[in-house]
Amino acid sequence: MSATPVLALRGISKRFGAVQALTDVDLEIHPGEVVALVGDNGAGKSTLVKTISGVHPIDEGAIEWEGETVRINRPNDAQELGVATVYQDLALCDNLDVVANLFLGSELRKASVLDEIAMEKRAKELLDTLSIRIPSVRIPVASLSGGQRQVVAIARALIGDPKVVILDEPTAALGVEQTAQVLDLVERLRERGHGVILISHNMADVRAVADKVAVLRLGRNNGVFDVASTSHEEIIAAITGATDNAVTRRQARTDTKEDAK
Amino acid sequence: MSDLAKTPGTSTEKPAAAAPAAEQPAAPVPAVDPRLLVREEGFKGYWSEFTRKVRGGELGSLPVFVGLIVIAIVFQFQNSNFLSASSVANVAVYSSGLGIMAVGIVFVLLLGEIDLSVGSVAGVGAAVWAVLNVNNGWNEWLAIIVAVLSGMALGALHGFFFAKIGVPAFVVTLAGFLGWSGLQDWMMGGEGSINTPSGSAVENLTNYFFEDKAAGYGLALVAVLAYAASLLVDSRRRKTAGLPARPTSEVVLRTAVVAVLCFVVAYVLNEPEGARGLPLALVLFLAVLIVADFVARRTSFGRQVFAVGGNPEAARRAGINVDRVRITVFALSGTLGAFGGLFIASLSGGATKSVGGGNTLMLVIAAAVIGGTSLFGGRGKVWSALLGMIVIQSIQQGLNMIGMANAIQYMITGAVLLAAVVIDSVSRRTQKTAGRA
Repeated sequence: MSATPVLALRGISKRFGAVQALTDVDLEIHPGEVVALVGDNGAGKSTLVKTISGVHPIDEGAIEWEGETVRINRPNDAQELGVATVYQDLALCDNLDVVANLFLGSELRKASVLDEIAMEKRAKELLDTLSIRIPSVRIPVASLSGGQRQVVAIARALIGDPKVVILDEPTAALGVEQTAQVLDLVERLRERGHGVILISHNMADVRAVADKVAVLRLGRNNGVFDVASTSHEEIIAAITGATDNAVTRRQARTDTKEDAK
Repeated sequence: MSDLAKTPGTSTEKPAAAAPAAEQPAAPVPAVDPRLLVREEGFKGYWSEFTRKVRGGELGSLPVFVGLIVIAIVFQFQNSNFLSASSVANVAVYSSGLGIMAVGIVFVLLLGEIDLSVGSVAGVGAAVWAVLNVNNGWNEWLAIIVAVLSGMALGALHGFFFAKIGVPAFVVTLAGFLGWSGLQDWMMGGEGSINTPSGSAVENLTNYFFEDKAAGYGLALVAVLAYAASLLVDSRRRKTAGLPARPTSEVVLRTAVVAVLCFVVAYVLNEPEGARGLPLALVLFLAVLIVADFVARRTSFGRQVFAVGGNPEAARRAGINVDRVRITVFALSGTLGAFGGLFIASLSGGATKSVGGGNTLMLVIAAAVIGGTSLFGGRGKVWSALLGMIVIQSIQQGLNMIGMANAIQYMITGAVLLAAVVIDSVSRRTQKTAGRA
C-alpha cells in the first residue's frame, strides 16, 4: 500500500442552511484499499459521498488527490479526477442493452459513428476480468435480475478506469447469492488497485470485505478502525456513540446467556 | 427446446483464471449463465429465434407486414386497379410528406413525449415559404430554407418550454397547435390560398417523376447492394473481433427480402401502363429515413435519445445533457414538420389556411405508432414512419377507390390506430412476462 493516499479529505465541513451536516471530517483512501463508511441514518454518509462526487461542493476544508489539493465543484470534476460513483438506485436504462448501458455517456466512436464492435469487445473483456456472468451483453438490461443489474452498474463505473470507486449500499435489496457476487466484485476491485469507499448498513458485509471502517456520527468523525483487529461491538459503539445503550446491553445479555450454556 | 444447450466451459476460456476456484466451494462456475438461450447456426437457428421472439411479444414490424398484405389482398379483390402503377405511385407520393413529419414524431415518441403541434408547424412552414417566395419575390430556395428553419425555431421553442421550464410537452405543443395555426391564418391574410408557381421547386416536390426507368431500377440496385455490403462488412468485422456474427444464411435471407421489395416497387412504378416512373417525393422521403435511421442507431445523439426516453435520471447521471437532447428533438420535429408542410402545399397546389389542419396531426402520430414505435418511450424504429404511413395511405387510397364516404374512412383509420396501440400494449405486457421489457 503506497504512503500517499489517492484521496484524502482534510477537515471537511458542509452546512445546509441551519443544519451543520459535516463538521471537520477527515478520510483517507489508499489504492487497493476498501474503506467502509458506516454510521446511523443522518450521520452524514451520503453528504460526505456527495461532496466527493461533486454533487455538493464543500464549504470548508480541503480535498487532496494524490497529494495535490483539488477543487471538486461539479460531478464532471470528480469524473475527470477518476472518481466513479455507483448510486443506490442503479441508474441504468432498462430499454438499452448491457453494452449501451456500460458506455452510456462515454461511447466509443470512430469518425463520430458509434463503434459498436469495439464497445462490445471491451464490454466482454471487462465483464470477463470481473468474472461477471450475464446471459448476453446484447440483451436489454430490463431482462436481468437484481444482482446482475447491480454488477452491471458497478462495471459501468469502471469503464473510465477510475482510481476511486464509491459504492452506495451496493448489497441492499440483494439476495444471498447476489450479495456474495457483489462482495466478490468489491474484492476484485481491490485486487485491481482501485480505492473503494463502501457505504453499508450491513456489518456482516463490512467485516467481510473492508480493510478499514470509518465511522461517522452526527456529521463528525467517530473513529477509523482496522477491521481485522476490531470487534463488532466496538464498531457498533462508535456508530451509536455510547458504550451503554440498548445494543450493548442486549449484547451483554446474550453473551452471558451463551456463557451460561 | 433444442437451443437451450450451452455447456459450461465451451464458451469462454478466461473464467478459470479470473475467478480462483478456491473461493468457490461448489462445482466450477459455468462461464455463461446456463439458462441462456443460444442461437444455433444457420437457418434453423434463425427460425427458432424468430418464433421465440414472437412468442415473447417482440413482434417488431410483423403486424405491419401482415396488415399490409391483408390490405393489398382485400382491396385488390374489391378493385383490380388497387395495385396498379398510378395507385401505388399515389400511395408513395401521399405517404412522403406526412411520412417525413412522422419521422420527427418518432424521435419525440422515443423520448416518451408527444408533439401535438406538428400539423400547425407544417402550416406555418408552407405559409412562410408562400409569403416569402410568391408574395415577396424571394428566391425560392432561400424561401424554402427560411420556411424549414422557422419550423426548427418553433420546435426549439416547444423544447425550451418543456425542458427548461418544465411544462409538460403535451400542454406546450397543444398551445403551439392552437397558436401556430393562428399564426398561419394571420400570415395567409385575406387571400386564403397562395398558389404554387408552375415549375417551382415546391411544385416539383410531389409532381416530378424520374421518367427514365434506369432511375427506379438503379436506386433499387444501389439500395440492395449498400444493404448487403453493410451487413457483410459488419459481420466480417465482428468475426475478426471474435464476436458472434450474423450467419451468412441470415445475410442472404435479409438481402433477398430487401431485394424483392425494392425491385417489385421499382417494377410497379416503372413498367405497367400509366406508370410515370420514380416519384421525387419518394426519393426525398427515403433519404430522410436513411439519414434519420443512421442518426438514431449509429450516433451518440441517437443513443442519448433512447437513453433519455428509457430513464432520464440515469441519462443525467451518465453526463448526458438531457435538456439539450430534449430541445434538439423538438427542434428536429419542427424542422421535419415544416419540410412536410411544403409537400402538403405541393400536393394541394399551394399554401392554404388548411395546410396541416384537419386530420394531418392524427395521421402523422398514428403512422409512427402503427409502424411500431412505442408511445411509452425508448422503443421504436425510424422505419416505423414509412411502414405506418404506407398502411394509412393504402387504406385511404383503397377506400377512395371503392368510393367509400369520408366518414367511413375516418372510422376505419381510427380503428386501425386503436388496433396498433392495442398491439403495442399487449406486446409490452407479453414482453414483461417473458422478461424482455
